[in-house]
Amino acid sequence: MDAMLAPLAELLGPAWLPIWTLVKIMAIVAPLMISLAYLTYAERKIIGYMQVRIGPNRVGPLGLLQPIADGLKLLMKEIIIPSGANKALFILGPVLVLAPALAAWAVFPFTETLVLANINAGLLYIMAITSMGVYGVVIAGWASNSKYAFLGALRSSAQIVSYEIAMGFALVGVLMAAQSLNLIDIVKGQEGGFWHWYWLPLFPLFIVYLISGVAELNRAPFDVAEGESEIVAGFHVEYSGMAFAVFFLAEYANMILVAGLTSLLFLGGWLSPFPFLPDSIIWIGAKMSFVLFLFLWFRATFPRYRYDQIMRLGWKVFIPVTLVWIVVVGAAMQTPYGYLFH
Amino acid sequence: MEFKSLVFYVFSGILLLASLRVITARNPVHSALALVLAFFTAAGLWLLLEAEFLAITLVLVYIGAVMVLFLFVVMMLDINLTELRKGFWNYLPAGLLVAGLMIIEMVMVLGGADLGLTEPPPLPADYSNTKELGRLLYTVYVYPFELAAVVLLVAMIAAIALTHRKRGDTKRLNPAEQVKVKRADRIYMVNIKSQKPEAPKEDE
Repeated sequence: MDAMLAPLAELLGPAWLPIWTLVKIMAIVAPLMISLAYLTYAERKIIGYMQVRIGPNRVGPLGLLQPIADGLKLLMKEIIIPSGANKALFILGPVLVLAPALAAWAVFPFTETLVLANINAGLLYIMAITSMGVYGVVIAGWASNSKYAFLGALRSSAQIVSYEIAMGFALVGVLMAAQSLNLIDIVKGQEGGFWHWYWLPLFPLFIVYLISGVAELNRAPFDVAEGESEIVAGFHVEYSGMAFAVFFLAEYANMILVAGLTSLLFLGGWLSPFPFLPDSIIWIGAKMSFVLFLFLWFRATFPRYRYDQIMRLGWKVFIPVTLVWIVVVGAAMQTPYGYLFH
Repeated sequence: MEFKSLVFYVFSGILLLASLRVITARNPVHSALALVLAFFTAAGLWLLLEAEFLAITLVLVYIGAVMVLFLFVVMMLDINLTELRKGFWNYLPAGLLVAGLMIIEMVMVLGGADLGLTEPPPLPADYSNTKELGRLLYTVYVYPFELAAVVLLVAMIAAIALTHRKRGDTKRLNPAEQVKVKRADRIYMVNIKSQKPEAPKEDE
């Protein structure tokens, strides 16, 4: 590939690196945008069938053009800025939600060689970037000058800050097992088939990570930040048109990201589950689809948590569980059975 | 100009503007957000200095956690700004002192060559800053590190103990008790014998 592009690189000289990087970024963002559009379609269809409905079936064959129709509709709509709103911050809110959701993909390895930036502290980078998403929510809620939006922003920020701790501890377990912060090395540490992936030795952390992921995404059953029945739609109640669509895009981009990270850290990434089949990008796609299906299944199944129950689960259940399991992993590594955790 | 120094100057410019906004912004929420921007650009500068672990930790801890709580508090307070601005110029002597110290530090850093300090040699590409830092923290400096952790723990417990006083009027649930509830605790069956409805009374 690089040898094929060499003449082009010579032709463009110093401009080559930025252009080639932009091409790579587009090669990640464009499929991401398409898959998140069809994730909304999949969500409506799957939940529809779970509730014995048909779901969208009017636009195009099987309703397959529904996401495009929705996108067009949102593009055409007027963006209304409330009269008491802080204009600059009102516009900045959705941007600050979407930007980290996309920036986190920079270090995401799809296969051993297919990665935009292979950095040593990849796991830390993802944690740092995703922790910035909460600003968009808080700013949007505050700048809207609306009680409902403000309450939604407060709920969301408290929830995200609480669950980030449990999530961070779950990742500490992974980096202890892999002895690296590099995402490619973490996946390589799980080589050897289905029973060698980290979901088994780090099972409590896997469960905590998955559930905290749902809570971080503000999705059902942890969607008190939206809480249609109490605070209408939470932090984005005042947003319309494309500004609302950006929040929507960010939520689904984050969903795919959390699904991707779960597959990388606990489900072996691009590694094949059976020794006789080759490793490939198809596996990570399948694993991500499975985790995304779980998210949709949760939404169709569980009623919303009460706010104090969410806080109790995060602080009094998940954080102690992760702390205990980190000690267990650390102690086991000093014994002859340490190989179980590598 | 080298590309690296261009990035440095852009970041420093943003950092200076953002820090200026922190103290000049009329709205405290804007100040807090400007501080977030200042932290973020400072993290960018640290990345340029090949301290990637510190840079990412700055983003993770200060932007991801500390400033969120700051913003949280600032948003909920109804602050009277004119009241706050009253003694602004009283801080001038203290500010001048800090500025003077900073100038001395800058001279020491920038004039390092004259004072006999030399720049460290560039590190190889496969050098992991994070690993080296972790190794030092948990081997050579393990006791100071643990001591700092204990001090933080004590501060945390003190903060919780100071604010978390028992109040009579708060309602709380005990999930363990809720789980233990049996059907018999909540409902009891009453056997009501079926009976004939009374004949409707005759209207007078």
